[in-house]
Amino acid sequence: MEPARFVALCGRVLPFAVALAVAMLAAGLLFSLALSPADYQQGESVRIMYVHVPAAWMALFVYALVAVLGGVGLAFGHALAFHAARAAAPLGAAFALLCLVSGSLWGKPMWGAWWVWDARLTSMLLLFFLYLGQIALSGAFDRQARGDRAAAVLALVGCVNLPVVKFSVDWWHTLHQPASVFKFGGPSIDPSMLLPLLLMAGAFKAVFFALWLIRTRTAVAASRVAAARLAGGAR
Amino acid sequence: MNAFLSVLGRDLRLACRDGAGAWMVLGFFAVGVAVFPLGIGPEPQVLARVAPGVLWAMALLSAMLSFDALFEDDFRDGSLEPMLTGALAPETLVLAKALSHWLVTGLPLCLAAPLLGFLLHLPHAAMPVLFVSLLLGTPALSLLGTLGAALALGARRATVLLALMVLPLAAPVLIFGAGAVDLAVAGLAPGSPLLILGGMALALLAVCPVAAAAALRQAVE
Repeated sequence: MEPARFVALCGRVLPFAVALAVAMLAAGLLFSLALSPADYQQGESVRIMYVHVPAAWMALFVYALVAVLGGVGLAFGHALAFHAARAAAPLGAAFALLCLVSGSLWGKPMWGAWWVWDARLTSMLLLFFLYLGQIALSGAFDRQARGDRAAAVLALVGCVNLPVVKFSVDWWHTLHQPASVFKFGGPSIDPSMLLPLLLMAGAFKAVFFALWLIRTRTAVAASRVAAARLAGGAR
Repeated sequence: MNAFLSVLGRDLRLACRDGAGAWMVLGFFAVGVAVFPLGIGPEPQVLARVAPGVLWAMALLSAMLSFDALFEDDFRDGSLEPMLTGALAPETLVLAKALSHWLVTGLPLCLAAPLLGFLLHLPHAAMPVLFVSLLLGTPALSLLGTLGAALALGARRATVLLALMVLPLAAPVLIFGAGAVDLAVAGLAPGSPLLILGGMALALLAVCPVAAAAALRQAVE
């Protein structure tokens, strides 16, 4: 799609996307904070899960999305794919950070520590660092096109590497810590908690989509400004 | 093959004539390892406990410092572009660069690590495992670093950027490398992490040259 057509389409879709995000988030928060039961073991703090788990899902999803967009950009040379990838990466990093912070807040009452080198926490931390490298690389060049392409290659390599990171952290964790203390496990999740969790997951997707549209539109506009500046300077 | 050898020979000659680069990396490795007892304290048991991780993490950081010069000089003096447009496939160029980097910095790190292991009271039985794990792991680091250097070529603050990009990607190498030495210290068989380390080096040998070649083409475009 041409960036110009995207901007026009974006203007029409955006109000609905924002309305959907607000509605989903309101419903998700209502169910997860008020209408769902407290856990018999964890008490009210289980409600952190409704932020923590969707954030973790989104952090992974956005990384895959950035890699796919980068691949499309490299293969077909679509400027819009690069704009969209550049717009999505900081959002993914924000989700990863949200997951880490909410996990830390959850860990204090549950595990008695703000941070433990749990396998899942550690791999999310590494994912967050991967995001930071991704964002730093895409902004490190005078020519944005070079940064976009380099970041796309990095995202594709990172995507291949991500399962290896996950696997190695699991192995490292079992080597260094007996996995008895930090088992969530137990019985599978109850429907009264699954519904708010899924609602929040949908809400996070909708919020991401709305923000992503806005950021992509801004990226298109910024690249036009840069091009116009360059043309003005050349004259 | 001839082109591969000529690039390799050229880089090795350049490294020999300006020997400072390799020595500086080795010096950083030694100083960095020596700093840990100053911070942690001289108790032999404590040092022996942290030795595998310290040696491996320092090897990783030392390697990280040496990557930014990999393509930078050729890029600045303009010799990278004819190399890429010549008969040599960019992937082969990347392989030659990675190999020369490993010979100049990776191999000395492998050889120096057991000596520094003595300083940290690493049990003697773990020395061969330390050496073998580095021998398998440093080529993987060289390959990852070559990719990082190709991606960051021409970037602002390339050295820090490179570390930020490559360190998370190199985490598995560190985990299995230090893990193998840890197992040896505990008196267990370190075979499986060493095999995984070798497997990762081979996988990176397949992935990194292709990705780095793509990045190099973008850089000279």
